[in-house]
Amino acid sequence: MKILVCISHVPDTTTKVKFIDDFKKIDIAGIQWIINPWDELSLTRALELKDDPSNGIQSVTVANVGLVGTEPTIRKALAIGADDAIRVNADPKDAYYVAAQLANAAKSEQYDIIFCGIESSDYNGSTVGGMLAEFLGYPSISSVSGVKIENGQAVVTREIDGGKELISAAYPLVAIVQKGIAKEPRIAAMRGIMMARTKPLKVLEPVEIDSLTELISFEMPKPRAACKFVDPENPRQLIELLQNEAKII
Amino acid sequence: MSVLIFVENWDGKFKKLSFELVSYGSKIAEMLATEAIAITIGNVDNAELAKLGKYGADRVINAVNDGIQIFDSQNFTSIIAGFADKENARVIVLSNNSTGKALAPRLSVRLKAGLGSGVSKLPANIEPFSVFKKVYSGNAFANIVIKTDIKILTLAQNSFELIESDKNADISQVLVEWDTSGLKTKVNEVQKQEGKILLTDADVVISGGRGMKSSDNWGPILELADLLGAATACSRPVSDEGWRPHDEHTGQTGKIIAPNLYLAIGISGATQHLAGVSSSKFIVAINTDKDAPIFSAAQYGIIGDAGKVLPKLVEAVKELKGK
Ligand SMILES: Cc1cc2nc3c(=O)[nH]c(=O)nc-3n(C[C@H](O)[C@H](O)[C@H](O)COP(=O)(O)OP(=O)(O)OC[C@H]3O[C@@H](n4cnc5c(N)ncnc54)[C@H](O)[C@@H]3O)c2cc1C
Repeated sequence: MKILVCISHVPDTTTKVKFIDDFKKIDIAGIQWIINPWDELSLTRALELKDDPSNGIQSVTVANVGLVGTEPTIRKALAIGADDAIRVNADPKDAYYVAAQLANAAKSEQYDIIFCGIESSDYNGSTVGGMLAEFLGYPSISSVSGVKIENGQAVVTREIDGGKELISAAYPLVAIVQKGIAKEPRIAAMRGIMMARTKPLKVLEPVEIDSLTELISFEMPKPRAACKFVDPENPRQLIELLQNEAKII
Repeated sequence: MSVLIFVENWDGKFKKLSFELVSYGSKIAEMLATEAIAITIGNVDNAELAKLGKYGADRVINAVNDGIQIFDSQNFTSIIAGFADKENARVIVLSNNSTGKALAPRLSVRLKAGLGSGVSKLPANIEPFSVFKKVYSGNAFANIVIKTDIKILTLAQNSFELIESDKNADISQVLVEWDTSGLKTKVNEVQKQEGKILLTDADVVISGGRGMKSSDNWGPILELADLLGAATACSRPVSDEGWRPHDEHTGQTGKIIAPNLYLAIGISGATQHLAGVSSSKFIVAINTDKDAPIFSAAQYGIIGDAGKVLPKLVEAVKELKGK
């Protein structure tokens, strides 16, 4: 069986974002790019599954929609342990556009499990995984915090309000993952970094498709008013403020 | 024309977020001078359905079929898409919770309808249709134009005020198809803790970080939560250490919440933590370090040792509650 992990190339999560061109574009100067944290965890879990030969996983492929600038991020995924990679050579216009490109890339092979992160840390859309599943006509399970393989099926843990569900699912399947899927992201070892240079990275040209939304401009959040400090000896003051000024308790 | 509001129910009951969503969808219907139609899937009794009228729905559709026992994103999508078609929906709104996040993307593809996810305000403009959404985990916002005839929006929880109305909604029960042949997933087991206030639903959240030093020191946090009817939360290292359960972890990689009050105790306020809590109406911080970044996000703060401040705070709350 084969696994596909969709990876998004995003600014490091501590980045203080700035915008240029009249707030139309993010200023990429000095940004450190990383694999979207969720996707890195999905990849880790996919590789853990592959490590156990009884799971019968032949390959773990990563796919990204992005221009050539995302290749270092893709190579990082290969260094961590993915077997090969696909890059769809296009500037991601919106989630619909990205999902359509990924669906087209995924059609070239029979992938049994496709992992997507619950969101990318840049656009916070929480949309690509569900759209991809719909484009492919596959079932999807969202809020996934665990995936195992038992008797030729995926056994998936899904987080629900106040609890969990254990679900068995036939392939193919899109798993939209969140916290818990893997403990810590796997780190690339020196050997992996060397090997990554020669692993296959296929570049696909995009299919023609219109985006459905357009990002017009960014705005910065309004600065919060300065914090009011209360005497640590007298937290009753805090209660009074919450009651009379904020009116929330 | 209509605005279609997909309202989730939990064993036949609605929650505050359901009413926020109906208030929101009804306002959009007003902006478009059209009808607000709420739809919920699975049996709900009439008294409960009527509540949706009290938040502005003109019509309430209860889609039923005895086969509907579990959530299945493909079947739910087909049902909603069917009504969108029949009612000529121009805008479809859902909650930005796990159910909404599972359905909205599928509907977007099914109906070729542009999706604005996690919005917190009414559309800024109708023609072109533009919405405002949080990006970069709360470090910025984006203005997005949805270009398609049908627009889909998912509303962030606790971001829109309830707006009451005196409408008596027209309620109807509609038998829908429920296709089990395509169901390739099977729920084998459900583990649920009953009676706990859900972090994502709570109005008040009391949260502890590494500054709490040890799981043994959580007593006053639990007591405060109990007194205030609050949910408890924690920073990531706290759940990683096993001091608190994983489902309490808030932040970029944990739960994203927007309570009225978030009390952060011994939490430094790293960007990844703030990513999950910055939409809270009020943030209050207790921290020994006056330069901790959490104070830049907080409206009220106490510079002090949690071990000393918390017992006094518990006393003050007890007094407030007359206990
Ligand atoms: C990709 C990525 C994702 C992440 N996602 C998350 C996330 O979702 N959520 C999250 O929380 N973190 C996340 N983190 C981790 C984050 O960067 C911080 O490390 C973490 O939030 C720090 O937790 P803390 O504030 O509890 O601990 P610390 O940063 O150690 O802060 C402890 C605070 O307690 C104060 N303190 C110490 N003693 C006392 C006392 N006696 N009384 C009062 N105050 C005291 C200190 O002054 C300090 O400010 C993520 C990191 C990465 C790289």
